Amino acid sequence: MNEKSDFISNLGKIYGYYTGGFAGFVIILAILEQMGVPDRVIGYLFLFLTIGVYAFIGIISRTQQLSEYYVAGRRVPAIYNGMATGSDWMSAASFIGMAGTLYLQGYQGLAFILGWTGGYLLVAILLAPYLRKFGQYTVPDFLGARFGGNAARLMGVVVLITASFVYVTAQIVGVGQIASRFLNLSFEVACFVGLGGILVCSMMGGMRAVTWTQVAQYIILIIAYLIPAVLMSVEVTGVPIPQLMYGQALEQIEQIENTWRAAGVAVAPHSSAFVGANGQFNMNLALNFFALIFCLMVGTASLPHILMRYFTTPSVRDARKSVAWSLFFIFLLYFTAPAYAAFAKLEVYTNVIGQPIASLPGWLKTWGGIGLVGACDAPNAATIYSICAGVVGNNDGILQFNEFRINPDAIVIATPEIAGLPYVIAGLVAAGGLAAALSTADGLLLAIANALSHDVYYRMIDRNAPTEKRMLISRVLLVIVAGLSAWFAASAGADILFLVAWAFSIAAAGLFAALVMGVWYKGTTNTGALVGMIVGYVVTFGLLLWTEFGGVGFVETFGSADAIRAAYTQARMAIPATIEAGPLHGVLGMWADSQLVRGRVVARFCGIANIAGGIFGVPLAFIVTYAVSKFTTQPTQAMKDFIDSIRVPRGNVKLADNSAVE
Amino acid sequence: MSQPDITPEKAQQYWARTSGLMWIMLAIWFVFSFAIHLFAPSLNVIHILGFPFGFYMAAQGSLIVYVVALFWFSKRQNEIDEEFGVAED
Repeated sequence: MNEKSDFISNLGKIYGYYTGGFAGFVIILAILEQMGVPDRVIGYLFLFLTIGVYAFIGIISRTQQLSEYYVAGRRVPAIYNGMATGSDWMSAASFIGMAGTLYLQGYQGLAFILGWTGGYLLVAILLAPYLRKFGQYTVPDFLGARFGGNAARLMGVVVLITASFVYVTAQIVGVGQIASRFLNLSFEVACFVGLGGILVCSMMGGMRAVTWTQVAQYIILIIAYLIPAVLMSVEVTGVPIPQLMYGQALEQIEQIENTWRAAGVAVAPHSSAFVGANGQFNMNLALNFFALIFCLMVGTASLPHILMRYFTTPSVRDARKSVAWSLFFIFLLYFTAPAYAAFAKLEVYTNVIGQPIASLPGWLKTWGGIGLVGACDAPNAATIYSICAGVVGNNDGILQFNEFRINPDAIVIATPEIAGLPYVIAGLVAAGGLAAALSTADGLLLAIANALSHDVYYRMIDRNAPTEKRMLISRVLLVIVAGLSAWFAASAGADILFLVAWAFSIAAAGLFAALVMGVWYKGTTNTGALVGMIVGYVVTFGLLLWTEFGGVGFVETFGSADAIRAAYTQARMAIPATIEAGPLHGVLGMWADSQLVRGRVVARFCGIANIAGGIFGVPLAFIVTYAVSKFTTQPTQAMKDFIDSIRVPRGNVKLADNSAVE
Repeated sequence: MSQPDITPEKAQQYWARTSGLMWIMLAIWFVFSFAIHLFAPSLNVIHILGFPFGFYMAAQGSLIVYVVALFWFSKRQNEIDEEFGVAED
């Protein structure tokens, strides 16, 4: 115990030395680079040394105690839990993908910035303090205790696993992409290297090890994200505050866009809200913008790997403070992301578009070589480079706006080179992206393995299992789940990255209503919550699967005759002479149309893209939970006392049924 | 940990205050997540340091409000806890 308190009280010093050590390490690599050490060696040193540090932390944090393994002994100070949540939260999608989305979508992409931050308000005011007071190990534990046992618990586990598994698979794809780009490993091998990196962090020490590696990973990822942006800002504007200075870049982008539009080029304005490529207000863009914000926010407040981080603070007070710190640490990255997008766009608009092919900047050649950017001036470019698909170049030796293609991932990855920085900075970015993907994968895998070992095995199968056996099962499950997701990632590849957004809608529709009403509405009954969860989950997951993989059939059911004809055309199917509107078209105002995305005909229900599919399931779950609760057996007095006891920070938790927990 | 010596009436008052704070925070959340961005096209006419103001609010303004609001909330809720004597030791 003494030794542990020593560790906690010296955290500032330990992570201070760690940060200093990391800075020294970067400087040494920079010197090595100047001495002529090849880039590839620098890349390897970066990745293996950082993974080595995570593994070291993971191994010294090994534990055989249940409360250490599941909730890090509940003594993680608010600010460190904030950092750990930050890196738990920020995935490869945030680190690599978000700036690229902002580059491509402009204002519309800010839905991700808002959606992935504002949800923490919901976490803090509605859930985290009460879950911390409840004080067990997992989110399904709460559902089990509040809603009368294993049915609600099992439903919670199902939602948790669906949402977390699609999410973790996308993280492993992220690790695979980073490792394969920087180390020239094959993508499949890189996925399994990433898997090794994830397991060394979490297997021996569970939540305790994951917590302290996540803090270490946060420090690396935030340094790696801020430094290139700061240097880029100095390069473009002379002032090292990218977050303030990118306003200038936005202004210049706007001027260039206006010139182009006057010349007849259809360019969607970067910073205008809800405006399509034709320059007109577009209601559907606004609708999808707000629907996506809503789903991402509510999803934030429902994802178990985030909620379970607030089980690890020493008190309810610290849990609240910790949410505020989490958001602060996340904010540091998110308010920098639009700067990356703006500076990269300005570079492209001034130094790439309209330039002769022969004199394009060097970074374009580097990243064009691995297919991240395409200068598709040659008339046959589309047949040679996959990124040029659909472009017909005019072969005039000049790169026009519509001949230029860029993969969103290239924005963050290429920024060091655009700003003319040495390779060591590119290596730093790779290490940061890797830290982001690994830390999120750690948290997700642990959430899945804990749900299976604690909620399913211990709570439902063997209540008398001794501690050693529970720990063993937990670790074996961790390895199995990790292996399964790495296998899935390696075989499905980058095509599954869109699944990240699904995780939010699934978790939101399946868990949010039950968790919030469980705390805030005493009249919520066991049946009400259970039915609400099932309806929210089935409707949302079903909608996602059907619109994504059965888009034509979906439109045939809900679409008008015109929409069905359009879907047939998109799918290149024969169009019958007469088409009637779908059987459910217009019923309760329902309708559907479709778009060609991800190489599929994907349906939109009532104009909402399926990325924001939770917009229907979340309110539905609330309504169903409330309505069913009105007609089913009311909660007992003991249950009401239990709710009262978790609403107050002080005092014991009065469980309604002691067998519902340990 | 001892049971709080809090009467049912006090507990009710405590929960009313806590719920009040919750609604205030929910209103802040709603305004800065949705309401204000409805006006983004109009706000974008104003430029500050080059930023169209509507864009700025979605990219940074709302985020700053969120962070400040959360620290304020954690302090305010703690004051309520202490006032009712239900804060942890």
